[in-house]
Amino acid sequence: MATARVLGASIKRREDPRFITGKGNYTDDLKLPGLTYAVFVRSPHAHARIRKIDTAAAKAHPGVVAIFTGKDMAGVNSLPCGWLLPELKIPPHMPLATDAARYLGDPVAVVIAETQSAARDAADLVDVDWEALPSVTRTEKAVAPGAARMHEVAPDNVAFKWQIGDAAATDAAFKSAPVVVKKRIVNQRLVANAIEPRACTARYEEATGDWTLWVTSQNPHVHRLLMTAFVLGIPEHKVRVIAPDVGGGFGSKIFLYNEETVCTWATRQVKRPIRWTADRRESFQTDAHGRDHITDAEMALSKEGKILGLRVKTIANLGAYLSTFAPAVPTYLYGTLLNGVYEMGAIHCEVTGVFTNTTPVDAYRGAGRPEACYVLERMIDASAAALKIDPVELRRKNFIPKFDDGYQTKVALLYDSGDYGPSFDKLLQMLDYKKFRADQAAARAQGKLVGVGFSTYIEACSIAPSKVVGSLGAQAGLWESGKVRVHPTGKVTVFTGSHSHGQGHETTFAQLVADSLGIPMDDVEIVHGDTGSVPFGMGTYGSRSASVGGTAILMSLNKVKEKGKKIAAHLLEASPNDMEYVDGKFTVKGSPQKAVPFGQVALVAYVPHNYPEGLEPGLEETSFYDPANFCFPFGAHACVVEVDPDTGQVKILRYLAVDDVGNVINPMIVDGMVHGGITQGVGQALWEGAVYDEQSGQLVTGTMMDYALPKADMLPLYETGRTETPTPVNPLGVKGAGETGTIAATPAVVNAVVDALSGLGVDHIEAMPLTAERVWQTIRAAKSRT
Amino acid sequence: MKKTVTMTINGVSYTHEVEPRVLLVHYIRELAGLTGTHVGCDTSQCGACAVHVNGQAVKSCTLLAVQADGAQVLTIEGLAKNGQLHPIQEGFWEKHGLQCGFCTPGMIMSAYQMLQRNPSPSEAQIRHDLEGNLCRCTGYHNIVKAIQYAAEKMAGT
Repeated sequence: MATARVLGASIKRREDPRFITGKGNYTDDLKLPGLTYAVFVRSPHAHARIRKIDTAAAKAHPGVVAIFTGKDMAGVNSLPCGWLLPELKIPPHMPLATDAARYLGDPVAVVIAETQSAARDAADLVDVDWEALPSVTRTEKAVAPGAARMHEVAPDNVAFKWQIGDAAATDAAFKSAPVVVKKRIVNQRLVANAIEPRACTARYEEATGDWTLWVTSQNPHVHRLLMTAFVLGIPEHKVRVIAPDVGGGFGSKIFLYNEETVCTWATRQVKRPIRWTADRRESFQTDAHGRDHITDAEMALSKEGKILGLRVKTIANLGAYLSTFAPAVPTYLYGTLLNGVYEMGAIHCEVTGVFTNTTPVDAYRGAGRPEACYVLERMIDASAAALKIDPVELRRKNFIPKFDDGYQTKVALLYDSGDYGPSFDKLLQMLDYKKFRADQAAARAQGKLVGVGFSTYIEACSIAPSKVVGSLGAQAGLWESGKVRVHPTGKVTVFTGSHSHGQGHETTFAQLVADSLGIPMDDVEIVHGDTGSVPFGMGTYGSRSASVGGTAILMSLNKVKEKGKKIAAHLLEASPNDMEYVDGKFTVKGSPQKAVPFGQVALVAYVPHNYPEGLEPGLEETSFYDPANFCFPFGAHACVVEVDPDTGQVKILRYLAVDDVGNVINPMIVDGMVHGGITQGVGQALWEGAVYDEQSGQLVTGTMMDYALPKADMLPLYETGRTETPTPVNPLGVKGAGETGTIAATPAVVNAVVDALSGLGVDHIEAMPLTAERVWQTIRAAKSRT
Repeated sequence: MKKTVTMTINGVSYTHEVEPRVLLVHYIRELAGLTGTHVGCDTSQCGACAVHVNGQAVKSCTLLAVQADGAQVLTIEGLAKNGQLHPIQEGFWEKHGLQCGFCTPGMIMSAYQMLQRNPSPSEAQIRHDLEGNLCRCTGYHNIVKAIQYAAEKMAGT
C-alpha cells in the first residue's frame, strides 16, 4: 500500500514524546555503578604563573579518590588545532596547564571524589601558588606596544595574518571611486549558552581495555579521533564515544575540550567511571566563545550607487589558545562571504588573528558568516545613507542577476544557484514597504523614532568538499556517512554520522527514508551519536546534516533499491534492467501486476533459498558522500523597531524573514530553526555581549544574571516566508537552515535602529549590543551635534 | 550532620538522609532518580529545574531539600496521567515548542502554573509569565503557540 508523501510535510517530531515527559537521556542523567565525580581547579586570574600546586590538604579531605595536576599527565599531548593556516603560530594547549594559566577558568588540576560535594569541597582546598601576571583581554589592545605576552611562539600575540581578494584591483577601484564610505564595525564577543551545560562521563574497563565516553558532542567521531590520535595516544578502536540527547550546541559542543580529555585519561588511573558536569559559571568561562572582531571597512561606490570596491581589515580575537577549528572561522568562513549577493568591482580583506587572555574563540552559530554579513549589510546601509539612496534600491541595484549554474565571486567561492530579487520582493510585500515609509513619516511628525532595517544575506553551508577544505587548511575530511540496514522483516535502521542536538534528525531522516522506500515512518529507526554503531561521522555544524548527511543516506537507499531489483527480478524471472521501484514495490516496467513488495525482498535477502547466482545475501548498504561544493542559502530579512527617544530602549515591532534554503523536508522544523536563529541574531544586536574587565581580566558577564539572553517578552511573533531554489549540488536539492536566521538578523536589527535615528543624523553605531544606554548615548551625541 | 527528608514526588513517597546543603533539584535528580528536571544555570535564571511544591511552581535549584521535607512535589514525570499527555505536553508536541528538549520540562511546569492562574492568557501575558524560563533553540515563537494551544484545549474540556 502506498503511503502519503511524507517528504516536505510538517510531521510532528518523533523524538518529542521522551522530551515532553521528562524521559530524555542527557549525559548528566546517566548513572553508573561506582561513579565518581570530577571538579576542576581553575585559574582565578586572567594570566598567572603557577609557582606550585599543593594538593595535600585536598587529598586528605573525606571522599577524595584522586587529584591530578598537569605534571601527573606525562605522555599526554596538547589539544590539537584542526585547521592550519600558513605560518600559523600554534602554542601548546595542555589539558591541565602546568606552567601558567592564560585565561580566567584555565584548568590546572582535577579533583575526583565519591560525591559531587566532596569533590567541590576538596577543590577549594587545592592550594595553587599563583604569581599574577599582566593580562590583555581587549581585541584592539592585543598587538599594542607593551601588551602582555602569553606564548613563546607568538611574541607579538599574532597567531596569523591572512588575506583574500585582489589588493591591487581594490586599490585601483578606490582610487577612481567618486564615493568612499568608511566605518569601524565592532562585532562583540558572544557566549553560545546552550541550556544544557557541557558534561561527560568516562569509563575504562580494565578486563577488556575498552573506554566509553559519554559526552555532550555535536560530533562524537571527531571527538574520538582527536582525543585518541593526537592527545592521549590510546587506540581509537578501543574507545566508544556516545553523544546521547544533547541539549543544544550552537557550535560550542563541536570542539575537543580539556575536561573530557582529562576524565578519559583519569578513569584509567582511578579504575572507576568519572562524571563531570559544568556549572553555568564554567560554561561562561570555558565553552568556546564566538565572534569578537574589530573591523575597519571601506566601500567604494559610483554616484549611482554601484559597488566598485570593498576593503576590509579585521582583527579577530582568538582567545588564549587555538580552539579546534578557531583559525577557519575569521578567515575562510568570513572573508569568502564578503561578496554577499552583490556584484562587486573588487574586494580585498585582511585578517589578523590575535591571542588574548580570554576564553578561546571558535565557531558559534553562523561562525564567520554572521560577521561577514554584518560588515557588508551595515556598509550597504551606511553607503545608502551617504548617497541618499533608499537602502532597498541600493540593494536591488547591486544584486547579482539570476543564475542557475554557478557564479564566481571575487573571494574564491563559486555560488551554486541564486535568484535574489524574488525573496526580497516577497519580503517587501509582506512588510508593505511603501506604507511603512508613510507610517514612519507620520510617526516622526509625532516625535516617534521608528525604523526599518534590511539584510539581504547569503551563506555558505553544508560545510564539506573535503578537497576544498583540505586545500584551505582543514586537517579533516568533511564528508558524511549513512548506513541503511534493512532487517528481514522489512523494517529499516539507519545509522547517520550527523548528530541531532535539537535539529530533529529522527524525524526528518525518517521522512526521507519513508519517502524513498515507500514504507511507513514507523518502520524506520534513526541511530546517531554513537561511534559503536555508526560507521564514521563528521557530525553536525555548518548546516550540513540534511544536505551532506541526508544525501549519504539517500545514496545508501538507492544502493538498497538496486540490489532489491536484482532479487525481485530473480523472483519474477525478469531482467533487473526492466525493474523499477514504485510505492514500496519492485515491479516490472509496463507490467505493474508483476510486483514484489519491499518486505518480501528483504526477507529473501536474508533467507536466500531462491536467489540470484553470485549475489551476496543480506540487505545493508553504506555510503560516504563528499559533495562537490558548499550550498548557498540566501534570503531577505527585515526588522521594524521603535526607539524610545527618552530612554534609548529599542522595541521590536515586527520581524520578517524570507529564506531560501532550497527544498524543504519538514517545513515545521525549518521554521523552528529559523525562529531560533533569528533570536540569537537579535540577541547579539540588542542584548548579548561577553565583557572582560580591562584591568583585572575578569569575565564580568560570567553568569546568566550578567549576560543578557533573549527572553520571551523581548521578542515578537516572527513572520516567515520562503522561496525554494533547489541547489544543484546535491540530489535532494536541500541547502541548510540552521544558521540563516543568525546570519541575517543582526544587521537587520541594527540597520533598523540606525534608520530610526537617521532623522537625528545618525548613520552608524560602532558597537553592539544596542542596549538602552548605548542608544541613549547615541541620541545624546547626535542631538549635541545639531 | 545529615538530616532525614521525606517527600512525596508524583505520588510516590521518598525518604533519604541528606546533607542540609543538598538542593531540591539534586534530591530529585540524584536520590529520587527523576532526571526529567534539569539544571541549566547556577543562578535561578534558566528555569529548567521548575517543579511544583505544594501546588506552587518553584525553581528547585533555589530550595534546599530539607525545606521540602513533608512536601508534595510534582515533576514533569508526573504530569501525564494514565499514559495520557497533559494538554500542555500535547501543545508542545503539536506546535513544535521544543528543539533540544532541555528547557522543555521547566517550560511545561511553568506553563502549568501559568494556566492555573490564568486559563486564557493573551500572547503578551504568556510572554511575560515565561520571564523565568530561558530557551536557546526556539526563539519562544512556538512555545507561545504551544501554550495557546493548551489553553484552548483545556478551556474546551
